[in-house]
Amino acid sequence: MPVHHRHRNPPIGPEHDPHAAMSIHDVTVAYHRRPVLWDLDLDIPRGVLAAVVGPNGAGKSTMIKACLDLVPRVSGSIRLLGDEIAAVRGRIGYVPQRETVDWDFPVSALDVVCMGLYRKIGWFRPVRRRHRDAAMEALDRVGLADFADRQISRLSGGQQQRVFLARALVQDADLYFMDEPFASVDAATEQAILEVLRSLRDSGRTVIVVHHDLQTTRDYFDWLVLLNTRLVAAGRIEETWTQENLRATYGGRLTLLEAAGWAMGTAGSGQIRP
Amino acid sequence: MTMLIADWQWGYDGWIIVITSLVAMTCAIPGSLLLVRRQSMLGDAVSHAVLPGIAIGFLVSGTRDGGWMLAGAIVAGLATGMLTQFLRGLGGVDRGAALGVVFTTLFALGLVLIVQVADSVDLDPSCVLYGQVELAPLDVVVWSGIEMPRAVPWLLGVLVVTFLIVQVLWKELLVASFDPATAAAQGARPNLMQQVLMVLVAAGCVVAFEAVGSILVVSLLVAPAAAARLVTNRLRPMMLVAMLIGIVAAIGGHLSALTVPGWLALETTDVSTSGATAVFATFLVVLAVLASPQQGLFFGVFYRLAFRFRIAEEDLLGVLYRREVESRGLGQSTGVHLSELGGGGPGLAFRGIMRFAAIRLRWRRFVTQSGLIPHPDQIQLTDAGRSRATVLIRRHRLWELYLAGAAAIPVDHLHATAMDLEHLANPELLASLEAEAAKGERDPHGRVIPRD
Repeated sequence: MPVHHRHRNPPIGPEHDPHAAMSIHDVTVAYHRRPVLWDLDLDIPRGVLAAVVGPNGAGKSTMIKACLDLVPRVSGSIRLLGDEIAAVRGRIGYVPQRETVDWDFPVSALDVVCMGLYRKIGWFRPVRRRHRDAAMEALDRVGLADFADRQISRLSGGQQQRVFLARALVQDADLYFMDEPFASVDAATEQAILEVLRSLRDSGRTVIVVHHDLQTTRDYFDWLVLLNTRLVAAGRIEETWTQENLRATYGGRLTLLEAAGWAMGTAGSGQIRP
Repeated sequence: MTMLIADWQWGYDGWIIVITSLVAMTCAIPGSLLLVRRQSMLGDAVSHAVLPGIAIGFLVSGTRDGGWMLAGAIVAGLATGMLTQFLRGLGGVDRGAALGVVFTTLFALGLVLIVQVADSVDLDPSCVLYGQVELAPLDVVVWSGIEMPRAVPWLLGVLVVTFLIVQVLWKELLVASFDPATAAAQGARPNLMQQVLMVLVAAGCVVAFEAVGSILVVSLLVAPAAAARLVTNRLRPMMLVAMLIGIVAAIGGHLSALTVPGWLALETTDVSTSGATAVFATFLVVLAVLASPQQGLFFGVFYRLAFRFRIAEEDLLGVLYRREVESRGLGQSTGVHLSELGGGGPGLAFRGIMRFAAIRLRWRRFVTQSGLIPHPDQIQLTDAGRSRATVLIRRHRLWELYLAGAAAIPVDHLHATAMDLEHLANPELLASLEAEAAKGERDPHGRVIPRD
């Protein structure tokens, strides 16, 4: 259950860059009191295609969920597009991991894409013809116009991933968070998705992508965030893509920090931060 | 109806069916949502957990008046959700276990309360558990000039309100059920929607409690929705079909309650419409499993048989085509006698299918009888049959070309595999196969690939 924080600080303090697409200050996130992200300080500028890279359990998805207020954070503050999350929800698009939903659900591809418009349509109002037309256009952009009426379980994995992408596109957001959009798709689909992401970036949007494939990171992205339960490095990809940084990200866990996390998860005290 | 069932009375049995139908329709709406969220057993839990709410409603009002019971049940339904969340939040308690602990505790509390109030209020605990729809038509009111059971306007009201709530919150319920994380990211309040669903389930349980009792209500929540899911693949039609199936279950349930004990020669005058309705609802699920167009047994068998017959027809056309090509210029008969096929091996079933295929092909004017003494088993191609066979031979040879080239299968293995593949008529597949045609004019055996 997401916790809705009452922020006591002003909308934007000196610790946040108002021009950043995403600005994270001193954020720690814990599951059942066990921290999975420690003391994160991170700014991502607008108009970049950014990869979030790190080993399994590094807190990549958690970082995105914390930005969207889907998981509670223990401390710190986050600003998106220079504002509180609640104030900019309509300008944020989210593509969760494909496995998080039940693809046997009785809806068509077009129905799923229409869900991207629900916020724009507003509570209690029905989906109308023009909304369906907009959703159709988004499906066309990802090359799935012919599959609009198909029940989603009858789509291939790559097509399902593109349906999710189309749902994000139809939102017409300024900042996108995508959790492994390239996971288990074929090469052709990967190129199609990449093309869409680049066109988003080229039209001035910011796209933040959790990515697993180190082979392609350097070619696909122009901004890099290296994460392993704490920030290893972040910045332009030419500057951050170094052997040293990668080794620091993937080469061995910070065993002491991890052990401390487990200890906090099991300790009976209500004290969360040391 | 009056003919079939000796003591049928429209003014009594008719109302029982109306009441049970209204209940089944009301339950089908939240039941469908529960099913697609894979939370059907939550319906079971809530149906039990509302019992203390109902009992407290009795205690407070002192009557079986619906409004108090509904309010009590909704509070109890919401409490189930919150207590379960709370237990899970304490940590270490699995979701299913937490739910199991909460709903049985509430149910037990409800039982204790009901036994307590049963003395002061006209309420029989067994009616609460097993339903008392047989008594409902006896308690009548006059509403807009018509005399009807007291339950009917009340049930109608709950049904309409449930329907309207789902209609108005359709988008939000849909996205919260399909993808709660994205719903939350968009500010669509999936947890609030879960609570709304709990309220609808609780309301369904209260109205159902009158008709089928608090135990069998779960069959009305789950069975019509499960059957509807098998024959539809969109949520809205699924809900409407579930409501229809609920009505059928109500009618079938009451009729079988009246008739089946007689067939079984049971010497009884008592009927249990609630039990019969639940059994009938399950029967409808089984029927849907058999008849479902997507995964149904019946259609599966039907399609496989139809495919087998089509293969036989196409093979026969292929044989006739090859015979024509072989005998061209040799002055031989271009026809084929069915007894020449199969080499005596495959036996009776094969010959039966082939004869049936020949009849179908003659029917479609793809073949005619041939030979000096016309006989139905002696056949040859017509012009229409020849062009149809050309299409099939082309497909066969294109497959051979593809298999030998792209898949690098040895030439002597090609024919059998191509014999299987040539029957696939998927348009996308055929389009890709046609693209192979660019690679050659002849198949790997050196035969010309005919143009259709």
